[in-house]
Amino acid sequence: MLINLLCIALIGFIIWWFWLYKPTKDSSVDASTLILVKDGVYTPARIKISANTPTEITFLRQDKSGCSATVLLPDLEISQDLALDKPTTISLPALEKGEYPFHCQMQMYKGVLIVE
Amino acid sequence: MNQTKNSLMQLNILGAGCASCVGKIEKAINSVEGVDSAEMNFADRTVLVNGKASAELIIKAVESAGYNASQIKAESAEDVMNEKEQADLQHYKSLLRHTIIALSVGIPLMIYGLFIGEMTVSTLLEQVVWGLVGVVTLAIMLISGRHFYIGAWKSFLNHNANMDTLIALGTGTAWVYSMLIVAFPQLFPEMARHVYFEATAMIIGLINLGLALEVKARGKTSEAIKRLIGLQAKTARVIRDGKDLDIDIAHVLLNDHVKVRPGEKIPVDGVVIEGNSTIDESMLTGEPMPVEKVIGDDVVTGTLNKSGSIIFKATRVGKDTALARIISMVKRAQNSKPPIGRLADVIAAYFVPAIMIIATVSAMVWFNFGPEPSSVFAIVSATTVLIIACPCALGLATPMSVMVGVGKAAESGVLIRNGEALQTASKITAMVLDKTGTITEGKPQVTDIILVNTDSEEQVLALSAGIESHSEHPLAQAIVESANDRGIEAINTEHFNAISGKGVEAEVDGQILLFGNLKLMQDKNIDIGFNEAKAQVLAENAKTPMYLALAGQLLAIIAVSDPIKPDSIEAIARLKRSGIKVIMLTGDNKATAAAVAKKVGIDDFFAEVMPEDKANKVAELQQQNEVVGMTGDGINDAPALALADVGFAIGTGTDVAIESADITLMRGSLHGLADAIAISKATLRNIKQNLFGAFIYNVAGIPLAAGVLFPVFGILLNPVIAGAAMAFSSLTVVSNANRLRLFKAKEH
Repeated sequence: MLINLLCIALIGFIIWWFWLYKPTKDSSVDASTLILVKDGVYTPARIKISANTPTEITFLRQDKSGCSATVLLPDLEISQDLALDKPTTISLPALEKGEYPFHCQMQMYKGVLIVE
Repeated sequence: MNQTKNSLMQLNILGAGCASCVGKIEKAINSVEGVDSAEMNFADRTVLVNGKASAELIIKAVESAGYNASQIKAESAEDVMNEKEQADLQHYKSLLRHTIIALSVGIPLMIYGLFIGEMTVSTLLEQVVWGLVGVVTLAIMLISGRHFYIGAWKSFLNHNANMDTLIALGTGTAWVYSMLIVAFPQLFPEMARHVYFEATAMIIGLINLGLALEVKARGKTSEAIKRLIGLQAKTARVIRDGKDLDIDIAHVLLNDHVKVRPGEKIPVDGVVIEGNSTIDESMLTGEPMPVEKVIGDDVVTGTLNKSGSIIFKATRVGKDTALARIISMVKRAQNSKPPIGRLADVIAAYFVPAIMIIATVSAMVWFNFGPEPSSVFAIVSATTVLIIACPCALGLATPMSVMVGVGKAAESGVLIRNGEALQTASKITAMVLDKTGTITEGKPQVTDIILVNTDSEEQVLALSAGIESHSEHPLAQAIVESANDRGIEAINTEHFNAISGKGVEAEVDGQILLFGNLKLMQDKNIDIGFNEAKAQVLAENAKTPMYLALAGQLLAIIAVSDPIKPDSIEAIARLKRSGIKVIMLTGDNKATAAAVAKKVGIDDFFAEVMPEDKANKVAELQQQNEVVGMTGDGINDAPALALADVGFAIGTGTDVAIESADITLMRGSLHGLADAIAISKATLRNIKQNLFGAFIYNVAGIPLAAGVLFPVFGILLNPVIAGAAMAFSSLTVVSNANRLRLFKAKEH
């Protein structure tokens, strides 16, 4: 019985943690921060930028895995190869307010641009 | 760089704090033997050195003056590519190392379990021995599987889950369960005291192996872009102040005069100002025949100078050259996704947490309803489900094929803008072709002169060139050029008058000169007798006949025709064979249009279409539910190209508006069009195979791992087999995409 309850609690936790959870406090940072690409995550993964102004974002890839080598911004039709251990800057056009996700080819790495 | 020749290099200077340092540094560099001049830019702390001296000597001189210097090397696309290859190679080696370490523990354990002894824990000795094995396995996990666990943990903190999560959970569960058995065997029924350390080690080894092979295979998918990047020459020989200088191409400036000898590559785009040669442009256009270049002709970066020495003026350098733009466009397109990949993306986004839930449910079902030892079955099934599921294969299915397909197309001189264009091109049902410049050469020529009341062709050409030199009609140019080519001087005409839709009239020595179509002759009461039949024969042969009359008498019929490109007929037949309806649009008259259409094997055509109506014709076809491709030269067809589902801009040579179309055909031949469609179809087929494979793998593998076959057949998958299957599923996808590299659009 205990095992079953634990399993149900685990399923509930998975659903909440991965699907339902919404960050309450805004952990985003502005675009001047270097985005580190390492160990399966973009750090920071939520980047705040201003609306209607062209911006630049810079990635520093320190992970050799194939997936991390390319970052895609599907909504903006941008894909950029990231050199290893070297900052790579991507110029963004002026964007309307909204959220623009970015990720690697297999979506192992995920992040979002928050345009305000 | 050739040390015996003068060269230009740029150095970064560190430690130059005041403007007075400039003189000191320049002096130090100038004192080096072989330096012709040194000019320092204080604002950006760089110095430009001209001469034969080596960088090392110059840097030493700067250092001895009390500053530091480093050579600025422009980072070419090739350098970036090489760096990437190096990084990939290192990554491959480290993955192989991880594989060997993990398998060197996993394989002996597995052999022991299968053939030698039981992997169960009952006695204290077994507890100690398996405890030690557990510690060794933990070491393997930390050495060879470290990246999975760190990746999984960091993703978890970000409310994200990926392949790492599944591997970490699967191997982690097996290890923790085994360690619990080792530590507290009495808590478990005797039958359930089985340890799974071999599974953990084997899975880590196999997945590392799969990743290593994937790195190798991925490298091959970018071969096309590597080849394009390799076309770029590293240095250029420019003439400055009357001297030849070998310089890095990054330092070539606009309007520099660049010298290229036979066998050398064209280093930047330009226009020939001296000499003539033939240039092999096949690497960019796919056109096998070398192209003749004389003064005034354009030359393109990366093409190969074959026969003569030329000097050209640089018109586009650096990122603006056609080659650089092609490379960046191909790269962008290679990473864009066609709509077919979107479903896989949506699934991939929810995949991993869903697998975790399935694994938990599977464990619960086994625990509650499974045979004894139910806890073992529960753990094995949960581990196997976690390990066999492969989100990577789903994620890779589309991008890998697009990467190879777009690259393959670029090799045949076909530039595809993005994944969407690639997908739509594969579905085209109707292809609209503009006649002039697409099916035909776009260069009308005089083909026939039928003399009537004269016996002098010279007189006929002199008169017609005289009157047509006032006209702006495209056909007029053909007449004037024909006279020029034969060295015939045009006769002066006066009182020129263009009669819309009919032709032109003028006066020569007080006599009326008429030049135009049948209607003009009828209006002016010129007796043409049975010559109309001759003109009809010309029109039926795709030529445009025009009548020349002087002083009320017919002198000649001149036929002008725009020659059909030699391979248009074959290419159109290829399109039709692939089930595409081919339609021709032209502003020309019906008879000529009909004749051209017949000659090239097109059944449907629209003649006398004004340029602005071309888009309407495309829209009409779309209303009939056709997926319409439109092919034109990209200049006056722009609205139609934009409206079509896929717009193909056909370029002669490389002077094309790359940005204006969904797909750009670098060469003039319509075979490029047929190739583009063949490649897009092959790529889409490849994507579908990959997606099908990835879906089926997961859809079949996951229930199998959960044990659906057990109640009937008593089969439950071993987690090690699941690990091997998972490791090779994404490799299969990448390898299948690589098969596309071997695809050949029909030989021609």
